Amino acid sequence: VFKQANWEEDVIFNLGKDGRRGHALPHVNSKLRNCVGDLRNMVPASMQRVNPSGLPQLSEVEVVRHFLRLSEMNYGVDSGLYPLGSCTMKYNPKINEQLAAAPGMSMLHPYQDESTVQGILEILFRLERWLAEITGSYEVCLHPAAGAQGEFLGTLLMRAYHKVNGDCEKRCEVIVPDSAHGTNPASAAMAGFDVVIVPSDEDGCIDLNALEAAVSEKTAGLMLTNPNTLGIFEKNIEKIAKTVHDGGGLLYYDGANLNPLLGKARAGDMGFDIVHINIHKTFSTPHGGGGPGAGPVGVCEELAEFLPVPRIVLDGANYYLDYDKPRSIGKIRGFYGNVAVLLRAYAYILSLGFEGLKEVAEVSVLNANYLMKKLKDVKGLTLPYNSEKPRKHECVFSAKPLKNDTGVSALNIAKRLLDYGVHAPTIYFPQIVDEALMIEPTESFEKEELDRFAEVMRKICEEAYKNPETVLKAPFNTAVSRLDEVKASHPKTMALSWSMHRKRIGQKR
Amino acid sequence: VKTLGKQSHPYIPNSQSEIKQEMMREIGIKSIDELYADIPEKYRLKKPLDLPAALSELEVKKHVEALLAKNKSCQDMPVFLGGGCWPHYVPAVVKEIIQRSEFLTSYTPYQPEISQGMLQALFEYQSMICELTGMCVANCSVYDWASALGEAARMATRVNGRKEILIPKIVHPERAATMQAYCEPAELKIGQVAYDKETGQLNLRDLENKISDRTAAVYIENPSYLGFVEAQAEEIGKIAHAHGALFIVGVDPTSLGILKPPGEYGADITIGEAQPLGNAMNFGGPLLGIFACRDEMSLIRQVPGRIIGLTTTVDGGRQGFCMTLQTREQHIRRERATSNICTNEALCAVASAVYMALLGPQGMRELGETIMYNANYAIQLLSEVDGIKAPVFKSAHFKEFTVNFDKARLNAKEVHEKLLQRKIHGGKDISLEFPELGETALYCVTEMHSKEEIERLVEALKEVLVGR
Repeated sequence: VFKQANWEEDVIFNLGKDGRRGHALPHVNSKLRNCVGDLRNMVPASMQRVNPSGLPQLSEVEVVRHFLRLSEMNYGVDSGLYPLGSCTMKYNPKINEQLAAAPGMSMLHPYQDESTVQGILEILFRLERWLAEITGSYEVCLHPAAGAQGEFLGTLLMRAYHKVNGDCEKRCEVIVPDSAHGTNPASAAMAGFDVVIVPSDEDGCIDLNALEAAVSEKTAGLMLTNPNTLGIFEKNIEKIAKTVHDGGGLLYYDGANLNPLLGKARAGDMGFDIVHINIHKTFSTPHGGGGPGAGPVGVCEELAEFLPVPRIVLDGANYYLDYDKPRSIGKIRGFYGNVAVLLRAYAYILSLGFEGLKEVAEVSVLNANYLMKKLKDVKGLTLPYNSEKPRKHECVFSAKPLKNDTGVSALNIAKRLLDYGVHAPTIYFPQIVDEALMIEPTESFEKEELDRFAEVMRKICEEAYKNPETVLKAPFNTAVSRLDEVKASHPKTMALSWSMHRKRIGQKR
Repeated sequence: VKTLGKQSHPYIPNSQSEIKQEMMREIGIKSIDELYADIPEKYRLKKPLDLPAALSELEVKKHVEALLAKNKSCQDMPVFLGGGCWPHYVPAVVKEIIQRSEFLTSYTPYQPEISQGMLQALFEYQSMICELTGMCVANCSVYDWASALGEAARMATRVNGRKEILIPKIVHPERAATMQAYCEPAELKIGQVAYDKETGQLNLRDLENKISDRTAAVYIENPSYLGFVEAQAEEIGKIAHAHGALFIVGVDPTSLGILKPPGEYGADITIGEAQPLGNAMNFGGPLLGIFACRDEMSLIRQVPGRIIGLTTTVDGGRQGFCMTLQTREQHIRRERATSNICTNEALCAVASAVYMALLGPQGMRELGETIMYNANYAIQLLSEVDGIKAPVFKSAHFKEFTVNFDKARLNAKEVHEKLLQRKIHGGKDISLEFPELGETALYCVTEMHSKEEIERLVEALKEVLVGR
């Protein structure tokens, strides 16, 4: 039986004692100190800190214990199955952590002379080429820190392209299917576009008639995830691409679901002009509780001149950084990207090679369809949008019948899953499926673990019919029971920091 | 390329062929390619991609290490570079904690009951950032300082509906470029405020001339990009507020043990770079963008990104943590979200939480003092060298400072190259960024640089100046 650690660990501000410290700095040399003089005479009085900050005061021992206990009240891919749909929670190889920690990586300053960073530039240059090869792009830019920043860059590239054509004012709309990730419409809006939503057809694919009706001289582009968030491949992709291109728009590929296509098919070949890649999904870098990730963007030849600066260039023998790109959109962040994350992806691709990457794709699809088959006959669940069609890396079930029959919702199933020591799938997404349970097992888990998941799902649905209270009140085995999320977001009760909490409950520092 | 054949790959348990057969039987297919049947034939890859052949773990390790050995890091030579990414010591405890699998391999805490550890650690990060900056609310990270500035500018315009942002002429050029990319689609105009030629301080008269009821926000950096402390911060904030504009301050948090926190001089939004708090430089990424604001709902509702809050269990029995105000975010609000940010820099935030907890208030003060002593020792020795002006501006400098070579009739690039021959990496050449400052480089000295290394730099510069 799963039972998560429950330390009732207090907030760090309530730990420790005045005068304790967890880290000692090197002593400032007394000659040096005398030579410089009193800092209080140097810092303008208006800018001196008067009161010490209210940071906690703990010894090193207490800091280690506190955060170790917190880690024990957390669940990661290394703990067990983590079938969060669209998040591709795969195994993160340990060797990559060791490599990223090496001083030749971690202790490099981004403004170092190019002659002193040839090794890392070579790694990044090659990685760009490999990612271009994998996605069928002409050039790849490694800068974006995450998928959403890749999308933002992609939509800025659309802007730049239409601007050069004198079309930017007119082409003010980006089309997004109703099954899209929330980041797609949010990114398009951030780049100044109006968002036009097109529905899905009964096969779960983009409705071609609706798309044709939506495309006009106002269209800047279409953002598409393929396979889409139902795990279904957009089989009409050729027609979709033609419709958008004929209308003068660009085609954007959301790479969140790239995993099942590795070595099988390429976005560039399907006509996509811009592609982003979620390195922390497809290329196995750790999600770290929500980041850091990396979201490189690949483009077709026509768009390459708009990519952010600098570009990494090889002049025959040496790598250098080229800032001389007059049509570049400029910069979307400091420096060159989340390099330590990208290095891990480089090592991952090397560990698998072409055959291995293809195997990743195939097994991720095999695992998803296997789970789908095992769950299809579970009472209370249905598989909307053509249940006979194979899925790719993920499948989306609906718990609507279960909810109607027993009152147990997708949320309740998710919470009850935690009691069995598996992480819940993504729930209530995509929004076009009621009571959605979006399941992505990835290639990283063995058949036995998949069988166990299917068994647990079956058991929970049985519990829902026999004894719904158990499911409705779950979880019981996690560090804490159900949390009051309403209280957490109410203006009167919200506590977004320790000082805000103390203010709210009327305590002074 | 040799196929993997029947052997399973260490990362893919079900790649063993008997297991695959068994699973295919269960699904009712004979080949995995049947699951790909809906991909049009013309798009199915027919030949292998041009990728390297798979290597074993040992081979990967040797290969990558050989490439990394071509680099020269801060461990191989003293490096006097800053400008948005700085060399600082990362305590062993920090590295240990962020390698805990339960943190490292988890995702965004969408299921709070099983993710209390990450949620509490991020809440503590937010809280400690608030203690350092004097703000009341902080999110659990944006990508970096540069994107934080872009987000802050856009937030300001959402709060007061105005469309102009004023920034100092002396600002990090990469940050300014990023801000431009973030602001252009929102049709925000960015204006620059002049500086005093002697001191580098913001020219308040120019600010008064340029500010109007169209100004959404006034932004300053403290310490500035060129390392000096902006002493008029409070007055600048007052001028901004007098015109109904927000006051945005960008900080290097290592200064906040000794410098006044922005919350005490009127900042509405504080941003900055928390990489120095427990995160390695990593050739410029990942970084860790600070984003904090005052305790006011009109501001809080417009904050981009995730915010973790303290709450209780539904039964009220105990304290717990969860994500809050999610209706601001893209997964709920979609095109009307405050930002598109989803994946952020959570693990870097945990590193910074551990770092701040280790140092505490006294450690942060000592850190600030040590840095400022070291940097000003370097300034003092350099300013005594014939042909060098250091710093260019007569103001207090924290850890970065300008070094000008005009009097020596040398260009900054030449000086840099000659230092490199002497196995010292000098500062960043800024002669193209700020031509009005002549042949100038931006140097950075932190707690990492020993007295001996500083003296070696000075001696080397003397040699370079004499021996040209």
